Amino acid sequence: MRTFFTLLGREIKSFLHSPIAYVVLFFFLIASGFNFYSGLSFLNQSPSEVTVVESAFNTVLFWFPFVLVFPLITMRTYADEFRMGTIETLATAPVSDWQIVLSKFFGALAFYLLLWTPSFLYFIAFKQITGKEAALAAGAYGGSYLLLALIGAFYVSLGCLASALTNEQINAAIMTFVAIFGFFVTGLLGFILSSPSQGVRDVIAYFSAVEHMADFSRGIIDSRPVIWYLSMTSLVLFINLQVFQYRKWRA
Amino acid sequence: MIEVANLTKRYPGFTAVRDISFDVAKGEIVGFLGPNGAGKSTTMRILSGYLPPTSGTVKIAGFDVFEQSLEARSHIGYLPENTPMYHDMRVHEYLRYRAALKGVESSQIKERVGDVLEMCDLLEKERSIIGTLSKGQRQRVGLADAMVHDPDLLILDEPTIGLDPNQIRQVRELIKNLATRRTVLVSTHILPEVEIMCSRVIVIHRGRIRASDSADNLLKQHRSAGEVRLELDGQPGNARDILAAIKGVKNVSETKLGSGGLYQIRTDADSDPVSAVLEAARDNHWLVRAIERKKPTLEDVFVDLTQGD
Repeated sequence: MRTFFTLLGREIKSFLHSPIAYVVLFFFLIASGFNFYSGLSFLNQSPSEVTVVESAFNTVLFWFPFVLVFPLITMRTYADEFRMGTIETLATAPVSDWQIVLSKFFGALAFYLLLWTPSFLYFIAFKQITGKEAALAAGAYGGSYLLLALIGAFYVSLGCLASALTNEQINAAIMTFVAIFGFFVTGLLGFILSSPSQGVRDVIAYFSAVEHMADFSRGIIDSRPVIWYLSMTSLVLFINLQVFQYRKWRA
Repeated sequence: MIEVANLTKRYPGFTAVRDISFDVAKGEIVGFLGPNGAGKSTTMRILSGYLPPTSGTVKIAGFDVFEQSLEARSHIGYLPENTPMYHDMRVHEYLRYRAALKGVESSQIKERVGDVLEMCDLLEKERSIIGTLSKGQRQRVGLADAMVHDPDLLILDEPTIGLDPNQIRQVRELIKNLATRRTVLVSTHILPEVEIMCSRVIVIHRGRIRASDSADNLLKQHRSAGEVRLELDGQPGNARDILAAIKGVKNVSETKLGSGGLYQIRTDADSDPVSAVLEAARDNHWLVRAIERKKPTLEDVFVDLTQGD
């Protein structure tokens, strides 16, 4: 366990040592701030039944930076180690491969969650200024942030897998983007296809981050997406381990 | 300390290591020699637990490197080729991280890191960012990393590459000092180094072990063992026959050298014909320009073992 936390500490520190982390943080903060602003002004222009939380997490402006941020976070996790050869010092230390895979995953996930922490201040500020609740119940906050963490875990695991496949960060970034975009767009098929059958719709519902968010931001915590994201994350991490070992052994 | 049995590593299309077996006893310093691409690094990577072998077994301190990998690895300090390390970290930070990773007790990390920094002459560079260090300094950080958990066995893949002669000497002294308590397997291309440092030499070529013995024994067995070079003024007609008749001489070759002649006299490994040759020169009134007894160097042995086929 101590080994795992040593590895995790190194992963998180390596994020915080790299300039790109601060660039990502900066732009993500701007994007999420602007997203909150546009969510509010949408409500101002056309008052409707939705809460501020629902409005803020369901705009196009929300999803766009959301999908873009994962390649940037995960691209260097393995690619850099393979390119620099440090994978050899890492993997010859008395550390199991699972510990390496999990520490890289949780390191990237921790950084992703760090990106979201400032956004909570918007809702606090909203309450302070207007004196009104941004959501109808605490569950809406909990649901929204839980889903952000779950989708994040799945997409981060995809990014780690892509990074483990290549020596070049840019390749990792492109693969991650394509994979996430693929999953994301599959989820949108429900809106695009004209009258899909019930079976197709049920399958698509699992992929649809947008629909999940619509539920969770209302405070409806559906167990199906929770299980879906957790099991997909586990599956991808398992494949990640295989790929990692394969590449290491073929070296 | 190291037991390698029938180790083979195959890659698609070629075999890097073919059925090699050797043992290294505790306290030995073994030099691992071979041309580039001979399978040295591959073997070392397998020993360090990085690569799995295609077949065969490797035991380090009694633990199978593949089956009981973590136990085996905790006994090894490994310095990979090209000393890869994180360039964004500071030296002491990196070493502390590595020490923790290799299971050094938290309370002892500071002390151990201080020790290896001193051993590797890195105290002034303690706070430098690794990316800004020179190649030689980085090499020493790599060595410090290999030693930080006080392993029983050091596997060093070309530890002196990129170092200047002074630093090479330092590293050599360092390794020699270490060996009082540890076992060292070191690969290098600097052959005089090996002669001074290693108690045993393993020569590997095309994935096979060509020789495994002390440097002294290898030199004795070398086929050029005992060669005398004789330079005469002029080329007396019968010189070759007279020389060939001397006891212990295997063959004599004659070449023209300016106005004189050069005679290369091959002898048996143990016989020393120099005085007999000088006697023959005196009796036949040859004018000797130079006489020299040539000793084979490890380089000759190396070239001999690793050229051809």
